[in-house]
Amino acid sequence: MTGPAILLLLLGLGLISWIFGRAKANRFITAGSKNLNSLPNYHGWYTALWAIVPALIFITIWSSVSPALVTDSVLANPAAAELTDNGFKRGAILSEARSIANNPGQKAFNPEAEQLAPLYAKAQSYYDIVGTLAVILLCFAGAAYAFIRIRPDFRARKRVEQVVMIVLLVASLIAIVATIGIVASLIFESARFFGMISPIDFFFGTEWNPKNTSVAGDGEDFGAIPLFWGTIFIGAIIAMVIAIPFGLMSAVYLTQYARPSFRKWMKPILEVLAGVPTVVYGYFAALTVAPALRDFAAAIGISNATSESALAAGLVMGVMIIPFVSSMADDSIAAVPSSMRDGSLAMGATKSETIKKVLIPAALPGVVGGVLLAVSRAIGETMIVVMAAGLAANLTANPFASVTTVTTQIVQLLTGDSDFNSPKVLAAFALGLTLFIVTLLLNLVALHIVKRYREAYE
Amino acid sequence: MTTETTTITNKMTTRNVDVFYGEKQAINGVSIDIDMENVTAFIGPSGCGKSTFLRTMNRMNDTIPSCRVTGEITLDGEDIYAPSMDVVQLRARVGMVFQKPNPFPKSIYDNIAYGPRIHGLASGKEELDRIVEKSLQRAGLWAEVKDRLNESGTALSGGQQQRLCIARAIAVDPEVILMDEPCSALDPIATAKIEELIHELRGKYAIVIVTHNMQQAARVSQRTAFFHLGTMVEYGDTSEMFTNPQEERTRDYITGRYG
Repeated sequence: MTGPAILLLLLGLGLISWIFGRAKANRFITAGSKNLNSLPNYHGWYTALWAIVPALIFITIWSSVSPALVTDSVLANPAAAELTDNGFKRGAILSEARSIANNPGQKAFNPEAEQLAPLYAKAQSYYDIVGTLAVILLCFAGAAYAFIRIRPDFRARKRVEQVVMIVLLVASLIAIVATIGIVASLIFESARFFGMISPIDFFFGTEWNPKNTSVAGDGEDFGAIPLFWGTIFIGAIIAMVIAIPFGLMSAVYLTQYARPSFRKWMKPILEVLAGVPTVVYGYFAALTVAPALRDFAAAIGISNATSESALAAGLVMGVMIIPFVSSMADDSIAAVPSSMRDGSLAMGATKSETIKKVLIPAALPGVVGGVLLAVSRAIGETMIVVMAAGLAANLTANPFASVTTVTTQIVQLLTGDSDFNSPKVLAAFALGLTLFIVTLLLNLVALHIVKRYREAYE
Repeated sequence: MTTETTTITNKMTTRNVDVFYGEKQAINGVSIDIDMENVTAFIGPSGCGKSTFLRTMNRMNDTIPSCRVTGEITLDGEDIYAPSMDVVQLRARVGMVFQKPNPFPKSIYDNIAYGPRIHGLASGKEELDRIVEKSLQRAGLWAEVKDRLNESGTALSGGQQQRLCIARAIAVDPEVILMDEPCSALDPIATAKIEELIHELRGKYAIVIVTHNMQQAARVSQRTAFFHLGTMVEYGDTSEMFTNPQEERTRDYITGRYG
């Protein structure tokens, strides 16, 4: 029986056990006693869970074990006895045989595979039947066990809610476990990189010129300072010069001046803008803003202006971040108690005096937290800088020059066919780890500030 | 309604004031005179409109978009809802103290200096210092805070915060001070201090206090207005009102029949 069919069958059996469990519990009610501990529904769920969950666990384990069992039984057959001992070739033949068994009519490349295919098919169908029977048996056994336990004073609700809690716990752990796995792989590969290139050369060197070489040693080509500078220049300086004032002013307008009907439209639009794929902004940066800036630079007499400039990427990134800053600042200003605003207005302060002298100072910690989150987003942003900032690792403060960022270089290092063991590829992991740590710290600090600020007004 | 106040100058008068929130009428035809010499208390059960009415007197209800006021409210004979009236100047002349102490998250000094600064009342640092000291002294807070003027106003106790807010209102030298249940968030000792302060401020400013605490009205005010369901039922001398109310509803409220 195929996977989906078994799952459907299981679902059907689960439904039936739900109905039976519920019906049994219902009978206790109609008998006139009001001593049923849990609602009949909970008894139904309890029975259904016992019918489905053990069987599902079995299916999970079985699906990882049964291929090995199939292979073992094929190998145990005399027809497979004369197979070559060469592990690689043997594996190839076996996997071909399996593929033929699953898709009859396929042409065999290895004649041995042709012979083994029927054996495979037979073994597979055998274990399939065994597995299906076991699943059905487990399902009935579980349902029967649960069904027998249903009594008026049985605490089915507690059991079911425990299961729900476990499901929720697993769901919440998945993201964390995945993150830990990603970080572990980053750390592992970075350690290999720092085995080849000295961390001091990496973190303090000013020459970035990685070559496609597996020869370790020449640390002078892996100085990441130009990348860090480019990242900060674009993400934390140029983008923020745009995003902070405009975001803040937009938040002030939306919270204090805009009519409710306008705000009702504008806020969702801003929030939608925050969800526009960054590659769209990247197009805009590369095709519209960058050439315009180059022409402008040429017009004011900057000779070495290129069409890939820090300014173009930073400007567009700033525009991209505006909704984010605006939304965070909006929340902070809205969180300032209205009694604060009333107090100021009642002193005869005008609206703008109230905003400047009371609301913004009171909202400042929240705004700062929001800006830090925005910086952390900006320095991790990839697509705009890949498309508009360029690849030249210049250490320059000229906004019209081309600079490169950590994320751009990670993309650059990992694309193309390089030897995975070369420092060039491994450098991407070291860069990624650095970026990860910096953004993590920024987020921690920002969230801490925002949290402290929220507490201050509760 | 008693009207033997001919010898006393009326600071604020209201005539047939209606207040609407959207379609809903919250205040119905209230006419009242506020004078400099007496403290006026507005009493009444919750939701009777006394706070709403108080807020119309320095146009704080302007901050609520759906709120609409008809009728006439004057300050020294000037209609405060006239187009020529500058709401900023109005509020500098008619200050307000709120139910919950709302000091700004600034230093004690900056809290007091806030009003004088925005209205340009002090020509220099020394004069500003003097205003701050005088306001805190009038609010009876100077002795407690004079050594820590740079600490945050929000670090004070609730009662001190409320006196700070009164000092802040005094600092712009208003003519009228409106107090919206100023003691409802305070403990009895802090309440007693505020009441004492109201006694001391009487005569220097026209004071209107909203309270749902009848004993408080009896203690601090000379004139009392009783509000019920958006109308002013009775207005008269406090002593008269509490001993011999003219209206059935007032008597029922004062004797604790409802509210």
